[in-house]
Amino acid sequence: MTHDHDHDHDHHHDHDHSELTETQLRVRALETVLTEKGYVEPAALDAIVEAYETKIGPRNGARVVAKAWTDPAFKKALLEDATKAIGTLGHVSRVGDHLIAVENTPKQHNMIVCTLCSCYPWEMLGLPPIWYKAAPYRSRAVKDPRGVLADFGVTLPKDTDIRVWDSTAETRFLVLPMRPAGTEGWSEEQLAEIVTRDSMIGTGVPKAPEEKTK
Amino acid sequence: MNGVHDMGGMDGFGRVEVEQNEPAFHHEWEGRVMAMVRAMGANGGMNIDAQRFSRESLPPAVYLASSYYKKWFLALEQSMIDRDMIASDEIAAGHSLRQSPPLKRGTFSMDDVKRVMVRGSFGREPQAAAAFAIGDQVRTKNINPVTHTRLPRYARGHTGVIERINGCHVFPDSNAQGKGDNPQWLYTVVFSGRDLWGADTDPSLKVSIEAFEPYLERA
Amino acid sequence: MTHDHHEHHHHEHGSELSEMQLRTRALESILLEKGYIEPAALDELVETYEKRIGPRNGAQVVAKAWADPEFRKWLFMDGTAAVGSLGFGGRSANHLVALENTPTVHNMVVCTLCSCYPWAVLGLPPLWYKSAPYRSRAVSDPRGVLRDFGIEMPKDTEIRIWDSTAELRYLVVPMRPEGTEGWSEEKLADLVTRDSMIGTGLAKRPEELK
Repeated sequence: MTHDHDHDHDHHHDHDHSELTETQLRVRALETVLTEKGYVEPAALDAIVEAYETKIGPRNGARVVAKAWTDPAFKKALLEDATKAIGTLGHVSRVGDHLIAVENTPKQHNMIVCTLCSCYPWEMLGLPPIWYKAAPYRSRAVKDPRGVLADFGVTLPKDTDIRVWDSTAETRFLVLPMRPAGTEGWSEEQLAEIVTRDSMIGTGVPKAPEEKTK
Repeated sequence: MNGVHDMGGMDGFGRVEVEQNEPAFHHEWEGRVMAMVRAMGANGGMNIDAQRFSRESLPPAVYLASSYYKKWFLALEQSMIDRDMIASDEIAAGHSLRQSPPLKRGTFSMDDVKRVMVRGSFGREPQAAAAFAIGDQVRTKNINPVTHTRLPRYARGHTGVIERINGCHVFPDSNAQGKGDNPQWLYTVVFSGRDLWGADTDPSLKVSIEAFEPYLERA
Repeated sequence: MTHDHHEHHHHEHGSELSEMQLRTRALESILLEKGYIEPAALDELVETYEKRIGPRNGAQVVAKAWADPEFRKWLFMDGTAAVGSLGFGGRSANHLVALENTPTVHNMVVCTLCSCYPWAVLGLPPLWYKSAPYRSRAVSDPRGVLRDFGIEMPKDTEIRIWDSTAELRYLVVPMRPEGTEGWSEEKLADLVTRDSMIGTGLAKRPEELK
């Protein structure tokens, strides 16, 4: 995969390097202007970048899923009011309001998309990947989700229905994937390790027990 | 607005391309852009709905050809110019050339970082009773505003069922224009894939949207 | 408009132009070498559209409809046959429908999906007709589009948009201007602009003829 796979234009390959430097310069220019006007402090921007590069990521969501798999009362509370339920967990970062957890079952597989832009449960999963925000997924998920799943190498049984949730408002969705067989007796921490980001969006399934050792 | 951002159901974009172990930011400038957008959203009075509308308003060819954070950057620049917070000559010079009005909430500093790391609540007190109940059949209106809306084209003029009531929220259609919260009831409305896309569609498909009450009428 | 948009455009005009020229020549050479085309035939096509087929054809049709009530009746009943009778036949003259502008109804033609156009009577369509702004706005804001053309339609005039989604092509017959009684068809044709036959313009008034 080329590092600029979100561009289709042929001629971009030729001057991609110079376009990169141009954007870098323009962004720096803007940051300088905003700093000089007293609008931002660069250290504050650094802190945000660092939080997303190192601290916030799918691990948060994986912990929530692992707990739901092992604790039926928590699972019930999660499906009823995800924001409130997660708020009771001390070790997971605070999550914004309006989070809804949706459960995968043998009868129904859930998939989340934002056709209009890139709405995503940031506090649970970190920043969304490029593919989630790009035209192919946004355009096809609501019309041909099985085709999209095929792009991810996932085939669902014919008798499993697919429910696609278009995040058109501030309500955000977290998919609660099905717990894989062969994980009986596992600790929450062990279970969290097989919960993939894509399984919480609905474009993947958790790792099989054999795959646990990364 | 009926822009190219409203892509649900469009064809021709090709396969979903996945990058394994994708970093949060592919280039340093992307992180800076994300942070600046957050900062201006929090302290600069640019609410999220107005920010989204500014990206939707990029020229279509630019929208489709620009990477995600490039769109954020271009829209941020343009929004700040439109609000007379910065000027084109300053961008070209890479320096502030004159004094600008202070931000509503002051300089975005370390004290503000914690606040922006958790999404605010968009829930508001109800202004009236909810018009619809769970299980109601509703039809989405055929609205075509040139301003911001969150009712995608593919979901207009279709009949669905109220599945959830999600409380009252800030209404994006008016908030994007600086007309205030104007809270509206928010519902999860589910449609059958066949109703949306025609008789040849996978019968096992259901699609839902989060619809504000002004988008709906009784079916 | 952002700086970025202008830059992109400049790049296109400079090197992209010569790039297209080179690539087109390359393809034409290949087609020639494979025996798929004869260059003279391509030249003939180009010349036909540069010199021989153009809005003058349509103007003559409209002028005749203004001057000759029988022809006018025929034109609206069977556009294909009436236009064909003047020698303007061939591609896209099949299924031609003439639309009558009146004081109460103004017609405007667009092809939202691509660029369908009545070539036989109007020649090749102008760039604006084939471009996104016209294609997107004509069907939802025709008054706004007409304003872009400098025309303010009276509020009580009905505007009828025809989206040429199939092989049927449309020719708008604009209203005959005042003060042209007794004019010859040739002189009348001078008043008929291309845009007036698409519906984004009106026929010229006698004063406007030089």
